[in-house]
Amino acid sequence: MTEVTRENAKEHGLTDEEFDLMCQLVGRVPNLTELGIFSAMWNEHCSYKSSKRWLKTLPTTAPWVICGPGENAGVIDIEDGDAAIFKIESHNHPSYIEPYQGAATGVGGILRDVFTMGARPVALMNALRFGAPEHPKTRHFVNGVVSGIGGYGNCMGIPTVGGETEFHEAYNGNILVNAMCVGTAKTDKIFYATASGIGNPVVYVGAKTGRDGIHGSTMASAEFTEDAESKRPTVQVGDPFTEKLVMEACLELMKTDSVIGIQDMGAAGLTCSSMEMASKGQVGVELHLENLPTREPNMTPYEIMLSESQERMLMVLKPGREEEAHQIFKKWGLDFAVIGHLTDTGRLVVKMDGEIYADLKVQDIVDNSPEYDRPWKESPKKTEITPDTLKNTQDPIQSLKLMLDTANLSSRRWIWEQYDHMVMGDTIQYPGGDAGVVRVHDTKKALAITTDCSPRYCLSDPFEGGKQVVAEAWRNLVAVGAKPLAITNNLNFGNPEREEIMGQFVGCIKGITEACKTLDFPVISGNVSLYNETEGKAIMPTPVIGGVGLMRDSSKMMTMGFKDKNEFIYLVGGSEKDVPWLGSSLYLKDIEGIEDGAPPPVDLSLERKTGEFILSLNEKSLLSACHDVSAGGILIAIAEMAIKSKIGAQLYNLDVIPAWWFGENQARYIITTNDCASFEKLATSNNITTLKLGETCGQKIQIGDNLSVTLDEVDQIHGKWFDRYMSQAA
Amino acid sequence: MKSAVIVFPGSNCDRDAYVAIRDVLGSEPEMAWHGDSSLEKKDLIIVPGGFSYGDYLRCGSMAANSPLMKEVIKQANEGTKIIGICNGFQILTETGLLPGTLMRNKGLKFICRQIHMRVENNTTSFTRKYADKQVIQVPVAHNEGNYVVEDDVLKSLQDNDQVAFRYCDESGTVNDDTNPNGATDNIAGVLNKNKNILALMPHPERALSKLFGSDDGRGVFESLMG
Amino acid sequence: MKARVYVQLKPGVLDPEASVVSKTLGTMGFDTLSKLDMGKFFDIELDVDSTEKAEATLKEMCEKLLSNTVIENYKIEIQS
Repeated sequence: MTEVTRENAKEHGLTDEEFDLMCQLVGRVPNLTELGIFSAMWNEHCSYKSSKRWLKTLPTTAPWVICGPGENAGVIDIEDGDAAIFKIESHNHPSYIEPYQGAATGVGGILRDVFTMGARPVALMNALRFGAPEHPKTRHFVNGVVSGIGGYGNCMGIPTVGGETEFHEAYNGNILVNAMCVGTAKTDKIFYATASGIGNPVVYVGAKTGRDGIHGSTMASAEFTEDAESKRPTVQVGDPFTEKLVMEACLELMKTDSVIGIQDMGAAGLTCSSMEMASKGQVGVELHLENLPTREPNMTPYEIMLSESQERMLMVLKPGREEEAHQIFKKWGLDFAVIGHLTDTGRLVVKMDGEIYADLKVQDIVDNSPEYDRPWKESPKKTEITPDTLKNTQDPIQSLKLMLDTANLSSRRWIWEQYDHMVMGDTIQYPGGDAGVVRVHDTKKALAITTDCSPRYCLSDPFEGGKQVVAEAWRNLVAVGAKPLAITNNLNFGNPEREEIMGQFVGCIKGITEACKTLDFPVISGNVSLYNETEGKAIMPTPVIGGVGLMRDSSKMMTMGFKDKNEFIYLVGGSEKDVPWLGSSLYLKDIEGIEDGAPPPVDLSLERKTGEFILSLNEKSLLSACHDVSAGGILIAIAEMAIKSKIGAQLYNLDVIPAWWFGENQARYIITTNDCASFEKLATSNNITTLKLGETCGQKIQIGDNLSVTLDEVDQIHGKWFDRYMSQAA
Repeated sequence: MKSAVIVFPGSNCDRDAYVAIRDVLGSEPEMAWHGDSSLEKKDLIIVPGGFSYGDYLRCGSMAANSPLMKEVIKQANEGTKIIGICNGFQILTETGLLPGTLMRNKGLKFICRQIHMRVENNTTSFTRKYADKQVIQVPVAHNEGNYVVEDDVLKSLQDNDQVAFRYCDESGTVNDDTNPNGATDNIAGVLNKNKNILALMPHPERALSKLFGSDDGRGVFESLMG
Repeated sequence: MKARVYVQLKPGVLDPEASVVSKTLGTMGFDTLSKLDMGKFFDIELDVDSTEKAEATLKEMCEKLLSNTVIENYKIEIQS
């Protein structure tokens, strides 16, 4: 085999130091296939070399956590022998190159992560970031990404039950597509990516291997330059139909006891999957690539090891069980091949037609993967924005109408109607609420799921922003009546080699850590996406949080729509005297035209106390509707509740300034009740501040006697923004 | 009642159909694999929704050619009751058991939402629990639900009371605005001449309980109990 | 000027649809089938007087809309 050069290594994204370390570990200069394996294992995407040091600081345990980060997905106990398994993952760069396929294969990848663990996926979620609405390519991205997500999830028959979408010019050249999947399994039927049993067969199943996305995972860690658009590497094409079959076949096989370990082939395909399984099991692997099903003739070992063809899995079976497994895959019309076996050498040996193409010590590569303590600089603190600096004095109803007519506060119906959010027959809260809710099949229990991020806050103050994203996810789960249990995170940032970007990353991690600890809301899985930059311009720091909560009795689920006329509307966690928090708020952006200022501070103990109060009221069936107050503030929240139910609200004339209605102070909810006495008594005894805001009635949102807007009008504004936007020619 | 749900590669509402039969009709259906060549005589067969064969080529085209469909066609001709839902509707038109075909939605997008439809014939084994012209709420979730038939076939469907359901609004109005996918004559569900086959794009099996948004779909299954 | 534009996935790009159609024909008993590829074509008429102009226009159409050059090739046939 020809030795590679320092130049080759550079083309593979390895630094000089990494090249030297590689040669030292191998004891010689590696060949091309070996270099490919090293570069795949050591790039940012697989090795987390810039982020590892900080990821280790995240809280990952709780009594209900069965498996934390490090596996294909995290696992939590949801009682009665049931487990929920979930993870979020990004497919940002592929989606920028080819929005439909990029988003589709992103969904495919996260589904595989979940069913690889033995779980049947029960819900999909996503978090999307697009450029400014007026940017010429934004519609193209929205269209492609939304139909790609729908195309894959709908065909697989897994409901997409919610998500979040934001537009901002910071994403003009670097959109974000994060997909989350939640599955369920029995706690004693969970499968891990660990190989064990010397001599046991290594089996390849699923679709054939082609030359798809070779160096895809290397691409995922490379900063974009304008000419990336013209380079256009081979993108992977998703085949949800094949994945559906792979899923059914794997779940059928997992009902037998023949599977020892299983891993999906995602980024860097066969390389990462075989390395990870061998490393976790402390064993060696010998692969015979001539037995591997290929789609194209004359594929080299280098190409086979690095191919990112989709819908493929690697398994270690118990000896003698190959035929039984083969029959199942044959029934589903899928390829099945024994491509190697486990050895006691601790080495990955890649052979083809008798010749050795790679011979590497697994632990050397895994244990010595680079880990950087990148220098970082704390983000400068922003000043607070106080109400006396505001110029605009228009009445709150006018501001409400203006704010609902924007990209970020309008209804997302246009998006989620393209997702089958009801298939599997367990969805009890559709997209558009505070969280998506799916019943655990054939039980009374339900899982609530949310995705959240507030990049504006994180940009202004990474630490407070990091706290806030976790608190918001927690609050959204509480608002539907679920007990929040755990999160998965997708950390989308710019180039970590820049100190200020690394500072954003570190700040957010510290904030997330603090919030997770106070809220008992550990991180059980996640993904990091760095180098989200174009031409040196980074995206806003976007640490997306996917939260999952449990509802023991799904009949107690809360929704945000008003339920009836003549019920009382309360603000929980706030008062007339509160100074509206305006820094980094949508009010400041949309009404004052300023994007600046310190984001709202999050009092995590208060957050917890208020949330637990809401849950206790729900247990007593005292609440008829509940909605958390987030971006846009109180009046936006009330408008959303009214629009959803087609029941209006008469709000009292409060002694407040117009901006009070739009402050983004944290730890607040809007609720309705028809039992004011019990509600107020409990609030007082629990030391929770509340404020009676008004009553549900009629077909208007009205403040006092004079300010009002009809529900029809706000519904038109809020409900039709997206349709209008997407129907305009780009 | 002896029943079966046909499972194709890519079916994904097969479990929903199973649950509907189990919970409403009180008996477990056989889950019949498309590749089998025989099927015990049934009283009811559901061809479920989903993306059989990935919706490749034409929706339902490849499933219509699978071995077990020969048996389904035979039993249909012998009077077994058949319900085709969503992709099942597409499959049944591809087999020729029902006229017409399902084209891409007029909006060119997948749509998943609650819609209303009006019961146009409440004298069949699938609809007798409903009142005449009753408006019911059930969800749709499809990309190709635009039912297209030639004019003369449409006329014979109308003349023979073969239109089971039409898309409408809450108050029962049938017009272009209440047509989610562009279907000819707002047709949401059709029957064969003998009225032992019902095919519809909306999903009655997803509307069995108010917890899920509506329980108006129960009527289809309750009607089968006689 | 009349032209036909063919658009097809690049060799090596997975075409799940063609592979499923091919497999299904096989199970239906067409056992002589050895390979099947799919694609689409557009019949286009242009108001231009020279073949060169037509070709340039068609090429631009293909690059900008008719084909997704990330994964598809196109072929232009000027017919008259």
